[in-house]
Amino acid sequence: MTVRINQTGCIGSGQCVLAAPDVFDQSDDDGHGIVLVAEPSAELLPGVRDAVDRCPAQVVTLEE
Amino acid sequence: MTEAAVCPVHHERDHPLHPPAGFAEAVAGGPVKMIWPNGVEAWMVSSYAGVRQVLSDSRFSTRKGGQPEMRTDDGDEVLDPDQPGNINGIDGAEHMRLRRPLSRGFMVKRMNELRPRIQQIVDEHLDVMEAEGAPADLVASLCLPLPSLVIAELLGVPPEHQELFQVTAGDLFGKNGSKDEYLAHATKLAEVLTPIVEEKRAAGTNDDMIGLMANDTDFSMEELIFLCIGLLAAGHETTSNFLGLFTLHLFEKPDQLEVLRRDPSRADVVVEELMRYTVGSLGGPGLTRRATEDVEVDGVLIKAGDWVSLSLMANLDEALCPGAEQLDLERDAVSHLGFGFGPHQCLGANLARAELQIGLRTLFERFPNLRPAVPVTEMSYRNDMITYGAAEIPVVW
Repeated sequence: MTVRINQTGCIGSGQCVLAAPDVFDQSDDDGHGIVLVAEPSAELLPGVRDAVDRCPAQVVTLEE
Repeated sequence: MTEAAVCPVHHERDHPLHPPAGFAEAVAGGPVKMIWPNGVEAWMVSSYAGVRQVLSDSRFSTRKGGQPEMRTDDGDEVLDPDQPGNINGIDGAEHMRLRRPLSRGFMVKRMNELRPRIQQIVDEHLDVMEAEGAPADLVASLCLPLPSLVIAELLGVPPEHQELFQVTAGDLFGKNGSKDEYLAHATKLAEVLTPIVEEKRAAGTNDDMIGLMANDTDFSMEELIFLCIGLLAAGHETTSNFLGLFTLHLFEKPDQLEVLRRDPSRADVVVEELMRYTVGSLGGPGLTRRATEDVEVDGVLIKAGDWVSLSLMANLDEALCPGAEQLDLERDAVSHLGFGFGPHQCLGANLARAELQIGLRTLFERFPNLRPAVPVTEMSYRNDMITYGAAEIPVVW
């Protein structure tokens, strides 16, 4: 299970941070989403899936 | 098959908090062509999947250049389509050049840092409302002043410029004037903002939005000033109207108000559900896009050049959540379209969330017996097809 953010399309909306604050943050340089935990444990997965769904730029992926 | 289905856009309401009469029936079953008051025909997309698709597909452009602005009755464009800094009228890399630096100023952690100041503004305004006694107009007492004071804070308007800034912003957005009046007020606001930008440039600071734009970007002064006015405009009436509409929905549904009263710490989830339901219930036409290629949406072929209008009644689509037509404050947050979707999703969404959460929670904690002084259906509402909300909300407690 690997979490990724495609930086090219990221608009820095912060939806991933709201959905899973333990897995995502935003970069102080450009506000873009950053992955803190690339291989999240099972209890973090619902939040990650929510982030995948909510991301307005559709750039968060979870490879299962 | 669609040419015969063209009917006028609906925007008259039987009840101020319900979707326009007959709208749901008119748009059921997929994209249908409707005709706007200014004569433009557009496909109305109203399904959850369809709206998400159009808003996130780069084959739908947000450029309005050269065409009648669909949202006005008379076809009179307030905005020059080529206005530098018009972030909602450009696509792709051009849009991202403006959007990216602004995203930094709206980061979740930055919004969290603003929360104590938002709380202070809410507290001070409710102190005044209480001291002046019932009945009060909630719109004038809290809903209208809150967003403009907060956006001034976010932009970083220095204290000595605050009063002039607030008066000028109020003139620009407080009333529905003519295009000439709007442009005159916008020019005045630009005159107020220019020395502020110059001061931040000289100081080299980037710890607020104006400083960030002035010192960390390649924005021209014209772009920068227009973006500031755009941020003010976007944050002003929308947040104000929604704080009012949320309160009115809760007045109309006492069982739901009880859910918030029982556990005010759930204000974040409550605001998501109120946002979903309120935006969905506004129904009617919302955002507009234009197809640059032929694209199929919900089984209908939309041709290159066709206008598309997106109804956020999509928030009431059962495909989003079960019982979507009901307000259910016990529901977990769902992936609603209340702030839009795609690259143009509301830039200030996280700021609006903070203001709405703090405003709503504090309002009902401070005034547990808050209730409307007149029936919700007898209040006056403003509807210019861009924003909708109560002009006044008389309350007692």
